[in-house]
Amino acid sequence: MTGDDLLILLALGVPLFAAAVTYAVGRMPDVRETMTLVACIALSIITISMFMRTGAGHPPSLVLAEPMSGVEIAFRLEPLGALFAVMASVLWGVNSLFSIGYMRGRREPHQTRFYMCFALAMFGVMGVAMAANLFTLFIFYEVLTFSTYPLVTHRGDEAARKAGRTYLATLVGASVVLFLPGIIAVTALMGSSTFTPGGLLAARVDDGAANIILLLLTFGVAKAALMPLHGWLPSAMVAPAPVSALLHAVAVVKAGVFTVLKVSTYIFGPELISTLWAAQLILWVAAGGIVVASVVALTRDDLKARLAWSTVGQLSYVTAAAMLPWANGLIAGGLHMVFHAVAKITLFMCAGAIYVATGATKVSEMEGLGRRMPVVFVCFMLASFSIIGLPPMAGMWSKLLLVTASFGSGAWMVAAAMIVSALLSVCYLLPLAFRALFPPMAAPVRDFVRPGGAPGLAVAAIVITAGACFALFVLADAMAAYLEPLRTESFVEGAP
Amino acid sequence: MTVFDNLYVAAPALTAHAPILVVLAPLVGACAAALAPGARTGWVISVVTTLFAVWMAVAVAGEVARHGVVQYAMGGFAPPLGIAFRIDALGAGMGLLVSTMGFLGALYSGHALASEIDSQKHTLFQAGYLLCVAGFLGLVFTGDAFNAFVFLEVSSIGTYALVAAGEARDRRALPAAFTYLIFGTVGATFYVIGVGFLYGATGTLNMADMAARLGTLGDSSAVQAGFAFIVVGLGVKAAMFPLHGWLPGTYSTAPSLVSVFLAAVATKSAIYLMARFAFDVFPQTTTFGGLFIKDVLAPLAAAGAIICSLQAIFETEIRRMLAFSSIAQVGFILLGFSLASAAGMSAALFYMFAHALMKTALFMALGALAISLRAKRLDDLAGVAREAPWSVAAFGVGAASLAGVPLTMGFLAKWRLIDAALGAGAIWIVATLAIGSLLTLVYVGRMLEAMFFRAPPPGAARAKEAPVGVLAPLWIAAGLSIWFGIDASLPEAIADAGAAALFGAPR
Repeated sequence: MTGDDLLILLALGVPLFAAAVTYAVGRMPDVRETMTLVACIALSIITISMFMRTGAGHPPSLVLAEPMSGVEIAFRLEPLGALFAVMASVLWGVNSLFSIGYMRGRREPHQTRFYMCFALAMFGVMGVAMAANLFTLFIFYEVLTFSTYPLVTHRGDEAARKAGRTYLATLVGASVVLFLPGIIAVTALMGSSTFTPGGLLAARVDDGAANIILLLLTFGVAKAALMPLHGWLPSAMVAPAPVSALLHAVAVVKAGVFTVLKVSTYIFGPELISTLWAAQLILWVAAGGIVVASVVALTRDDLKARLAWSTVGQLSYVTAAAMLPWANGLIAGGLHMVFHAVAKITLFMCAGAIYVATGATKVSEMEGLGRRMPVVFVCFMLASFSIIGLPPMAGMWSKLLLVTASFGSGAWMVAAAMIVSALLSVCYLLPLAFRALFPPMAAPVRDFVRPGGAPGLAVAAIVITAGACFALFVLADAMAAYLEPLRTESFVEGAP
Repeated sequence: MTVFDNLYVAAPALTAHAPILVVLAPLVGACAAALAPGARTGWVISVVTTLFAVWMAVAVAGEVARHGVVQYAMGGFAPPLGIAFRIDALGAGMGLLVSTMGFLGALYSGHALASEIDSQKHTLFQAGYLLCVAGFLGLVFTGDAFNAFVFLEVSSIGTYALVAAGEARDRRALPAAFTYLIFGTVGATFYVIGVGFLYGATGTLNMADMAARLGTLGDSSAVQAGFAFIVVGLGVKAAMFPLHGWLPGTYSTAPSLVSVFLAAVATKSAIYLMARFAFDVFPQTTTFGGLFIKDVLAPLAAAGAIICSLQAIFETEIRRMLAFSSIAQVGFILLGFSLASAAGMSAALFYMFAHALMKTALFMALGALAISLRAKRLDDLAGVAREAPWSVAAFGVGAASLAGVPLTMGFLAKWRLIDAALGAGAIWIVATLAIGSLLTLVYVGRMLEAMFFRAPPPGAARAKEAPVGVLAPLWIAAGLSIWFGIDASLPEAIADAGAAALFGAPR
């Protein structure tokens, strides 16, 4: 066994082990949470190590099992997956800090189950990130769905259960009825579903089949929340804030758009995509989704719901990028996946911190709170800048690249939708931050419901990710260069 | 079946008689069990004879893998005059399935019976069970159309008694057994009428002989009538929609052991025989058979898959849910069957194996819970995962396989079915399978949600964990569902070889 195999096994094993240990030491909260943090750090080191190797041209790969001929559980890193794995594992660590603050601050029940499911969800994310073919990706995609169900229904009341049912029904339903037949169709046509640079199907299938498979594989990934399969996301906001933060800004939804990007890059390839009417159709749907979701976000008074709708719109950016007939779009989509994750997790964590400290969940209740919680609201504003696409925040670069790639490839409606949505996001994010930080004179300000305000660990997590939004602004060029291999026809030898 | 090529598990002298020993062992065991002095002795006889049958079935599989087809002439009278067993890869595969399930059931019966049946009746119950096992084993091995009817009736007679034995727990078992008796007799009669037509047309009862003569006869209306009678008769036995009326009552009121074995084996044996007639005995060249399968069987199977899944969703009694689910799954299997291709048949066989394992685990788990808890409705099982974690976890594995969760055998089974349907260009079958899977998820989700996530109602009776004797076979079945989900080479090889035995061309 070489070091490469070991890295992949470790990346899968560490979260599993963390889940088992969390369960075993559930009665000792301090030990449990220390173990979670240790696992986060270990996993981050592992993923960064894989990231480096992939960048150096030695992507780790491993075939775990072959249940049937042509259907194997195999892993192979590539730039997009390596980036996704690093992003998810690092943000898991930051989010765990926040979780500890939040869950202790709120004295939530079932904390052991909570941390265990988190670790299992990361197991799913790692599998999705490293999958070498659609079959493996599908397996871990479902692991992610089922392991996050108990997190969505954490509160255990009727509303939470109802949201949980919507969650499962949409995600699993779409994956079984659309995604899986798509995968089987690819396997039946090509003999395997391996992600191949340049596109597995490119120049090997007729357009009719390719169009249908593209529709199946894109709409089947309901985690990407492409309209009309977006309903689960706002309703899943009944979950506690750390869940919303990690799962609905980072792990679940990003696994969705990541899958769409992978399908576009490695199953179809930009060349094939450019000839398909299905891609045009999805571009229009995505462009429509971007605008509609932003408008709906504007009308929501509940802060988490507003953020959720904003996420629906931002995810469609990436889906649209994946459908652009140009490799630049793929790189921009990959960058946006990361930048949006970092900014949105900050916003969700801010919403959670505000809730723990003051009990406020509605935008209208937050006037003047910035006086009491300046750090949180400043971070909120900085992350908002990143979502909108204002410098000096990372989101600016990805938006710039996305808009230029859209114009460059003639998808003017997508570019227009992105610009409109940027303006709308100014309207739904910035007034909140400004009114909290600079309220009108003599406005009454809510008191803390928790003595001492937001927990220190939670605030620390928020500061870290807000800082990361700025750091990524500086590092954007290096990351774009890292994703550059997506552009070339074949960068790993040996793929069929 | 290359895995069996070098498998010599018994001495040559024993192997030579293995085909008949497979059937004789449980038959003799049935007589011995009826005379056994106590419940424990009866159980030991049951376990030993079924284990012996498994051993012999493996020996037969080895012979079949090496020689292609094994002929065994009773008393040395050569067919077509004498009665013969004729075992090809398909029969050998089914024999492995039936004997293994029979053994698991026998193992399970040790503790499971105690809570459900009067201890004085245990020996008779074991006798009935072994009779039933012997009948199904004979059914899949025989090469004689009339002999198949005899074995069908042997197994059915055992089954009627076994189902009625459930009355100690649920009085509805008596009408259910009677309904099953009527349905079963009608089905068997239809079958024998069909065989009569064929005998009239060909003058032989030996299947291989019949196939050879039918090939030269062309499409006569007697043959067509025979075909229709046989398919409908076996359709009753296979619980093919809409001939499934007997099944929900039978599965839900019989003792859990009987539900386990029937769900795993009974419908599958009938489907096996149907495949034998449709693709082996009847000449492939006639249009009638093909049309019948494509235009009658396939739509009915699709309707069953959808409608019975819906019925399972709206059912409140958990065993009835599983029963309706079984009918729906038979629909899935028949959809693969109706593709009338090697790929479709292989997928259907694979699905049969997967379904046998998953339903065994599910019904066994319910039986394990029934030892300590008198629960009929799903609501009575709320929160039971906390009290009996091992049983409920095994139930969860079976349910996951039923729903087609990845890394279970059920997932690969669905995959292969969809793959085969795509290969045949039958998009509507793919759509039916996808929608059926979705509906399956809904009722499986309902079960798991109640068992794992709902809090038990206050003051309700609580379950206890089942004894090891029950958990062991339960976890063998559940474990195999997972094992074959990760490495399916064995069932895949058996299914491919079985399909190749009917259609010639390997995939």
